[in-house]
Formats: sequence, structure tokens, C-alpha cells
Amino acid sequence: MSVELTADQMRQAYASQVARRYGMIAAVAGLLALSFFLDVATGPGHYPLSTVAEVLADPLSHGVRLKVIVWDYRLPVAVTAVLVGALLAVAGAQMQTILNNPLAEPFTLGVSAAASFGASLAIVLGVSVIPAVGPLLVTTNAFVFALATCGIILFATRLKGVGSETMILFGIAIFFTFSALLALMQYMASEDQIARIVFWMMGSLSRASWEKIGLATLLLAVAIPFSLYRTWPMTALRMGEATAESMGVDVARLRVEMLICISLLAATAVSFVGTVGFVGLVGPHIARLLVGEDQRYFVPLSALVGALVLSLTSLISKSITPGIIYPIGIITSLIGVPVFISIILSTRREKLS
Amino acid sequence: MTLSVETLQAGYGRTRILKDVSIPAMTAGSFVGLIGPNAAGKSTLFKSLAGLVTPTAGRITLGGDDITHLPRRDRVRRIAYMPQAYGCNALLTVFETVLLALKQTTGWRVQGDNLDRVADTLSALGLSHLADRGIADLSGGQAQMVAVAQTIVRAPEVILLDEPTSALDLHHQLSILTSVRSEMQRRQPVIMAALHDLNLAAKFCDRLVLLRAGEVLADGTPADILALPEIGETYRVDTDLEHTRRGALYVDARLPAAASAA
Repeated sequence: MSVELTADQMRQAYASQVARRYGMIAAVAGLLALSFFLDVATGPGHYPLSTVAEVLADPLSHGVRLKVIVWDYRLPVAVTAVLVGALLAVAGAQMQTILNNPLAEPFTLGVSAAASFGASLAIVLGVSVIPAVGPLLVTTNAFVFALATCGIILFATRLKGVGSETMILFGIAIFFTFSALLALMQYMASEDQIARIVFWMMGSLSRASWEKIGLATLLLAVAIPFSLYRTWPMTALRMGEATAESMGVDVARLRVEMLICISLLAATAVSFVGTVGFVGLVGPHIARLLVGEDQRYFVPLSALVGALVLSLTSLISKSITPGIIYPIGIITSLIGVPVFISIILSTRREKLS
Repeated sequence: MTLSVETLQAGYGRTRILKDVSIPAMTAGSFVGLIGPNAAGKSTLFKSLAGLVTPTAGRITLGGDDITHLPRRDRVRRIAYMPQAYGCNALLTVFETVLLALKQTTGWRVQGDNLDRVADTLSALGLSHLADRGIADLSGGQAQMVAVAQTIVRAPEVILLDEPTSALDLHHQLSILTSVRSEMQRRQPVIMAALHDLNLAAKFCDRLVLLRAGEVLADGTPADILALPEIGETYRVDTDLEHTRRGALYVDARLPAAASAA
């Protein structure tokens, strides 16, 4: 017979659990800071870590050349890796919660495929959906298509009788549609254009710029507090739709609010760096294993883990072969596949037990 | 505090489920059993009371207030509804699950008082040893008990339980309903439960309401209701009401002769 606990013991157990969670968040934040610094310190042209640290603290301490390398070349890339990782992971975390499916993320729901098609449309035909965007043509097109896809998924949720399974199937249909359209674009493209499309799709942090960073920061600064504001209804949703509704959660409204939030995050991330799969899947999954699904800890930690994963990816992409930066999309997928398989296997085990 | 339902009508789209339901004066500290075959409208009645289905006519009053169209946010503070059980694979502990039920109506920050209420509720239901356990690792009976904890932690005036004992073994059926009754004595809410097992209903309820095809067919004490010939007709069985040696009511049901021959 199990021993009953007193109220004090239960409260203490809960308090230490909360403390452990803050510890986890702090630990991942620490790792992220480390990874970020190493990312900035790595690159063609080897400078001691201490020199890089000094340039970070005081830009002109080692002359203009180093200021340009660290502040204008490396820092935007490193910051973009962190921000985009966070954007993708928060979008993935929320998609997984509102669709009640551990495999939902911007990539699996076709958002990335739509963005790639938008980009290819700009590269091949020079067609812009928004006039007069100039050099941002490719990015803008990718953004608009990603956003439109989220809009379609959003619209699908408003249809009566459409459950989360249908929405997932919908996403897969979108994925295949845009993949086919993308293939069509490639078929019509010249060799040079094909090279540009392929490069875009592989995902690259080299398109980083401080303007994009500003926009991404702004979005995160809105999205994370908003998620935290909706933390209790979102956590309740993990108990199932019927239970959440019985607790007073307006599930339909919550889904729409969150999808709008997710749409902006995912579309921005994908249009900035191209197709980067698995960060949106892996980030939330690792966060869930570390702190469970109380959204107060789950959402911020998802952001941190996603940021860490992409920051490490950026670091690895520069470190494999000196002088060559591999596209991050390739590396995230190679890291992501084993995790993806482990998710599938663990879900199967849950169903069996 | 009294809950009353007056000539309530409700349905989904054009399908009318509740045709005319009146259940007067369900008093605080009483346990009302809702009985009737599948598709009689038990769940729809609960959802109307909980504000998940909008009634097309009729009135619901609670403690003198007309709450027929009370917004959901205000209603969940007064009425707690436990839907039929579904599995849940969330990575949350039992303590967190009960806390999140409480936090839907008590502001964003977790306060000491919130934690006390969760701990009290778990102790009252004998769940304290499971507080740290993951919700996905519980047995069916334990999970159902946690669902009950999620409803009573809010200390509501009305508790609606939709088939709280279905799919549970005998021990858990009895322990759930015993816990519900002790909660009733502790805080005196109105309790309504949809029950399929008439003998359990007879054992635990103070009053039974027999629902068939969206109408109230009978309403009274278990002894009166279970003795009615309508019970057999409604469930399409032959019944006899007997008393056990210990004085409990016992409904002896069997398929009608014609049906069993077929």
C-alpha cells in the first residue's frame, strides 16, 4: 500500500519540481550563451577567443578589420541562428499543442514548401506578389506564401467538424502540392536559376542582416509574452479538447489566436533562412522531455532549445571543413532524423501500453 | 443553493435532443442520479448546464439567479462539469493537472493558496501518493479519480459528472462515488451524475431522474423510480426491484422473453 503524503510534502515536492525546471531553463540558456560565443568566434581567419570577446565588448579595441569581421559578418549570422531557432521552435511547440500532434511543425505542415515555392517564383519568373520590394523580392515572396499557407490551415480549422487529424492531413496535402509546384518551377528554370533555388532551399544563415534581426526580435518579443499570457488555457488543451472546454477554455478561439501567432513566426523564420526542417520538431520535443508540458516552462525552454540547436548547427556548419560553410538545412536534417525516429518509436510505445 | 431546470430545450443544429426537460429544486448537498438509455440526452443536458450547448428555450436557475445564458467564464466558477473520460498523454504530473484546472479561473500567478487547495483536494480523494506521478502513467481508475479532483478543486456550487464510473472496475466505481458523496457532505454542492448502473445509482443517489428521448419520464427517490414499470420499458428489459438481505435496493434485469428467444 502506498503511503499518503501530507499537504506540506506535496507542496514541497511541487516547489522542488519548479526549482528543477528553472534550473533546466538556466542550464540551457547557459549552453546557448556558450554556443553563441563559439559561433561568433569560429570562422575563416582564426582569432583567439579572448580577442573575439574583447571585440564584442568594445568593437574598435582591435582595429576596424576585426570590428567588421565580428560585428558585420559573424554576429548577424550567430544572432540570426539563435532567433530563427527560437522562432521555429516556438511555432512548432504551439502547433503541437493546438493540433495535439507531436509531429506538427512548420515543415511538416507544408509552410516551408510553400515558402520555397514563393522563393522559386521570384527567382525563376521574377514574379512578386507584393510590388516594388526590390532586393527583398525572394524573401517577401517566401513570406507571403508561408503566411498564406498558414491562412489556409487557419481557414480549415474554422470549418465545422474539422478535427486536428484532418488539419494534419490538410498540411500534408499542402506540402505535396507546393512540392509539385516547386518541381515545376525547377523544370522551367535555367541552370543558374536552379542553382539559386536549390541554394535557397538548403537553408542558409548568410542572408542575415540587422534589419531582419530586428524584425525577428520584435516578433519573439510579442509571441513569447502572448503565449505566456495564454499559458493556462494552452496547458488545459493538453488534457484534451473536451476537458479544456469543460474548464471554460474557448478552444476554437484559442486555436485561431495561436495559429495567427504561429503563422507570423513560421513565415518569418522560413523566409529569412530558407528550409530548415526539424528545429521546430526537435526543440519542443527536447523541452517537453526536460520540463514537461506546463506551458510556463515549456514555451520558453522550447525557444531556448531551438535557439541552441540552430546555433550549434551554425557552429558545426563552419567547423566540418575549414573554409566551407555547409547549408544549415542539411545539417539540421541529419541531426533531426535520429530524433524524428525516436519520437515515432516512443509514440508507438505509448499507444501499446 | 438550489439548481432548477425549467422546460429546457436544446440540440445541435436542427436536431432537437432535449425536448422538454424540467427538473425542479435540486438542493445543495444532494446527489441526483441521471439515468436513461444511451442517446436519452444526458450528456446534452449536462452540456446545456455547463454552457457548452446553448438552450433554445427554457430556463436554468441557480440560487435564484437565472444562469441560462450566463457567459462561460462566469459559469465555470459556479458549475464544474466532468465530461466522459478520454485518454490523455500529456507530460504533466497529477499535481499539475489539478492545479491547471484551478488556474483556469484564479488568475495567472500561482499563489500559495492555490497550492493548498490542490493538496487538500488530492488528500480528500486519497490521491496524495500519486501527486508526483505522470498523468499518462495512471490506470483508468486513477485517471478518472484525477478528473474528479479537477472538478472539485474549484469548489463549485454544482458538480456535473458524465458517466464517472464507466469502464472502471468495481473497486474504483465504489471509491469514486464514495469520494463524491463525501465531497457533497464536506462542501454541500449540488451533484448530478449520469449513471448506467442502476444498482450503483440506487446505492449512492438521493434522487433519480429518468430521461428518455429528451424528456423526463420520472423523478423521485431511488425506491420509487426503480419500482416503476417505465424503467423496464425505457431500457427494453424486464426488471424486478428486490431488497437484498442487507436492505439495499437491487434491480434484477433480464432481456424480455421475446427478445431472448429471437
